[in-house]
Amino acid sequence: MGGNHLNVNKQHDLNDSVLRLENATIQFGGVIAVNDLDMYVDDGEIVSLIGPNGAGKTTAFNIITGVYAPTNGAVYFKGKKIIQNHPQGKMKKMYSGKDAEKYINLPVLEPTPDKITQMGIARTFQNIRLFKSRTVFENILTAKHLRRTSNYFTSTFGLNKDEEAQMREASLELLRVVGLEDVKDELATSLPYGKQRRLEIARAMATDPELLLLDEPAAGMNPQETLELAEFIRELRDKYHYTILIIEHHMDLVMNISERIYVLEFGRLIAEGTPTEIQNNEDVINAYLGVGEEDA
Amino acid sequence: MKKDNKKNFISLVIVLVFLGIVLLLDQVIKPTDNMSMLLTVLQKGSVYALAAVSMNLLNGFTGLFSLGHAGFMLIGAYTYAMLTIPDAARADVYQYYDPAIRFSIPEVLSNGIGPAGTALGVLIAVIIAGLIACLFAYLIGLPVLKLKSDYLAIATLGFAEIIRAIFQWSKLGPLTNGSNLLKGFERTSTFKLAIGDFTLSLSTFVPVLIATICIWIIVLIKNSTYGRAFVAIRDDEIAAEAMGIDLAHHKMLSFCTSSFFAGISGAMMAMVLSIAQASNFRSAMTYEILLMVVLGGIGSISGSVIGAFLFISTSEWWLRGLDSGKWLGISAPGIFRNGFRLVVFSVIIMIVVLFFRKGIMGDKELTLEMVKAWPKNIFNWIRSIPKKIKSLFSKKEAK
Amino acid sequence: MSLWQTIFPYILSGISVGGQYALIAIGYTMVYGILRLINFAHGDVFMVAGLSMVYLAASLPLYLAIPVMIILTVALGFTIERVAYKPLRTAPRMSVMISAIGVSYLLQNLALYITGGLNKNYPEIPWISDKITIFGATTTRVTVITPFVTIALVLILVWVINHTKIGMAMRAVSKDFETAQLMGIKINNVISITFIIGSFLAAIGSMLFFTNYPGVVPTSGGMPGLKAFVAAVFGGIGSIPGAVIGAFIIGICESLIKGLDTILMSQGVIAEQIGFATFSDAFTFILLIIILVFKPMGLFGEKQTDKV
Repeated sequence: MGGNHLNVNKQHDLNDSVLRLENATIQFGGVIAVNDLDMYVDDGEIVSLIGPNGAGKTTAFNIITGVYAPTNGAVYFKGKKIIQNHPQGKMKKMYSGKDAEKYINLPVLEPTPDKITQMGIARTFQNIRLFKSRTVFENILTAKHLRRTSNYFTSTFGLNKDEEAQMREASLELLRVVGLEDVKDELATSLPYGKQRRLEIARAMATDPELLLLDEPAAGMNPQETLELAEFIRELRDKYHYTILIIEHHMDLVMNISERIYVLEFGRLIAEGTPTEIQNNEDVINAYLGVGEEDA
Repeated sequence: MKKDNKKNFISLVIVLVFLGIVLLLDQVIKPTDNMSMLLTVLQKGSVYALAAVSMNLLNGFTGLFSLGHAGFMLIGAYTYAMLTIPDAARADVYQYYDPAIRFSIPEVLSNGIGPAGTALGVLIAVIIAGLIACLFAYLIGLPVLKLKSDYLAIATLGFAEIIRAIFQWSKLGPLTNGSNLLKGFERTSTFKLAIGDFTLSLSTFVPVLIATICIWIIVLIKNSTYGRAFVAIRDDEIAAEAMGIDLAHHKMLSFCTSSFFAGISGAMMAMVLSIAQASNFRSAMTYEILLMVVLGGIGSISGSVIGAFLFISTSEWWLRGLDSGKWLGISAPGIFRNGFRLVVFSVIIMIVVLFFRKGIMGDKELTLEMVKAWPKNIFNWIRSIPKKIKSLFSKKEAK
Repeated sequence: MSLWQTIFPYILSGISVGGQYALIAIGYTMVYGILRLINFAHGDVFMVAGLSMVYLAASLPLYLAIPVMIILTVALGFTIERVAYKPLRTAPRMSVMISAIGVSYLLQNLALYITGGLNKNYPEIPWISDKITIFGATTTRVTVITPFVTIALVLILVWVINHTKIGMAMRAVSKDFETAQLMGIKINNVISITFIIGSFLAAIGSMLFFTNYPGVVPTSGGMPGLKAFVAAVFGGIGSIPGAVIGAFIIGICESLIKGLDTILMSQGVIAEQIGFATFSDAFTFILLIIILVFKPMGLFGEKQTDKV
């Protein structure tokens, strides 16, 4: 294995990256789910994170979005450190990862997921998590709550009429963009699978993010739909200048839209590069693509 | 938006007409009438309607299963009572203690600005009752709101019991009168308004008005952006948090708001019953309110109001006969004796819980369209009965 | 009087009350372990056991009344599960909990109707109601034998759970409901047996409990039920030894708090009553909240995690 620090990219200033993970490690009991992960995503890039089932991809997302605190390591967003931790309590003795001493004297930063979203990172979920009692429109409108300027009192007594109208207008606009305007008053969970995935993306967009994390957006889609989704994601990036990180199993989609790809196996980074580089990487072919092909 | 405004206007008119009718009933029905039961139902019903709606805000909309309602109502009832007992009556009420509070807000204000001061004083006392309940809720919420579903339920239930014990503690006797009841404070039966020679009775109107205003505010909260955030937390906590909703903050808001209105309903209960006694506010009261919410439909405000009034009118009025030997013309003193009404009632509730899990309204709200459609729906339903009976028999034959 | 002499009667009655709570707590902890349901009706089943003993003893000799009472209680527990919980197996947990509260409401109202709300004197059971003197403290024999009866029953139960086929099925179901079902375990039978065991222990517990109290009223089950539940949480819900230890701790603490004024006054620490006894019930809940906040899984509970 060629070491974990593969991003020896020439003349690349990591402080310019929108997202950067540094030695990110998470250990549950005796199992290390994500091991010493270093990666970055640059402004306006579409990057994919791939790997066999159980490789730690979603766990990496959960670290970035604050669902899990890493056991060790740090996460930077737009050059600013937002998450940082070192082994604590029982983990002090149990920790079997690397670089514990590097962060031991640095302050612990463990923001909750809502704070991360507030900063401008939004996500979708692998197992769709829409607000099930609400309509398509209300799902989007709910996500607009984050950027409110009104408080509990003013919004209750209708003293924020303008803002409320803006929220509604912006939500409608988003539905138009993702092509769900015609079903806006239907119950979110009554939509077909592909549209629910689109709605999840739209809901994430409603929080006004700079970085979008999409967890298996094409899961359950047929080749045609997958192709449309790829086009759609690229359009969104171009239109709103998002930076996008995707977890995906559909290789067509990954190879189609990614500018760079990271490959994880057993929590470790085994390769990084352009789609062509990854397709020709021996480690990846051995560890992943061979198995993946049989699966598909 | 125009359509919304028109709808709001119609709702407002309906509410005002309703309040007008209540005010009228207050004048025409004398306490000795047969129909005086209607006033009792309206009074108690509005107390419980507010209690149920405020519980629904927390349990139904925010999805936090809390069982501490009786505790917050107790705080409200006692706060209101302590603040409105006239000074002269205090010695008589606090027989075994030296009363710590030596003034009554309505009394102080009425001395200052005349009769209007009494009304203002009552209003201030009611609001303070809500605020104190809210304050307790904040302190309790800090440790408790992190807990999940049933653990939250049992912890809030526990806090309600702790609150009850504190209010009954003899060392706090100068404030709470220990385990004895509080009485002699401003109560609805004395609420009157003199206009020239004519005296307007307000004993039913006032509680109905307070409940209407409070429930109206809760409706506004539900429809606001915060209300949407609450529902998001109920639907999916993890997704809500990922959409930037601060769980701790919003759960606390919902908990404190719910308790604020529970406190107000407690104060209303004190003024309707003319007494406040800690031993009445047991967990059984919380269970009853919960069952009203379930009856009306968890997640529906109009459902909770209907549930509460149905609960009160059946148990206080329509099923009374089941307790006293004769009901709907059936006379069976052996079976229809004390307590039978509650048994029938609990059976009905179990049927709702088991077979009509959505309650009367589900999570829908009562709308004008729905009411308009009623005659048609009822007609269709009646017309479909013969078919239903037929299909019932044909199924049996098939077997 | 020495400190020990003052405290001893309280500890003695605390151990006894703790034993009674333990018998109820097992019912809670087993049901929660399998269904993840706080069976709010369990305390009322305990109350019904007390009431039925009152009525049965009035017409039957004791040696018949006791077994009939136990059978009735067990049948009640079984029926409640079949009628009120089984139809809601796939419903959200909140619905089942509401159903449990509904059953509790029904049982209390039924008891209110039958008794007319009057206090019913519990029949004297010879031998166990007798007064005895132990280390200078006068008490009833039941106080002394309760902990032994409790521990004996718990040992039998633990043996059943660890060494019989049905016990194995119970452990499997509480570990993983769905998988157990897939492995061919008859879930409904296991659940019924859990309720039967829980109700049986509640029936025995009611005999020991009410013998020491003046009588049974419809609300008699509420408080002991809640306390037993707290004991189960305290010990780590799902753990039988945990529930028993939790129950003894709660029983002893509660009894000491009831007597704290007297104890402190006899030692000259305080000059007049402070009224600690008011908090004897609330104390249980203070303990509950402390444990939930600092050690949510209780003393012996297992940790569970959610999947994102």
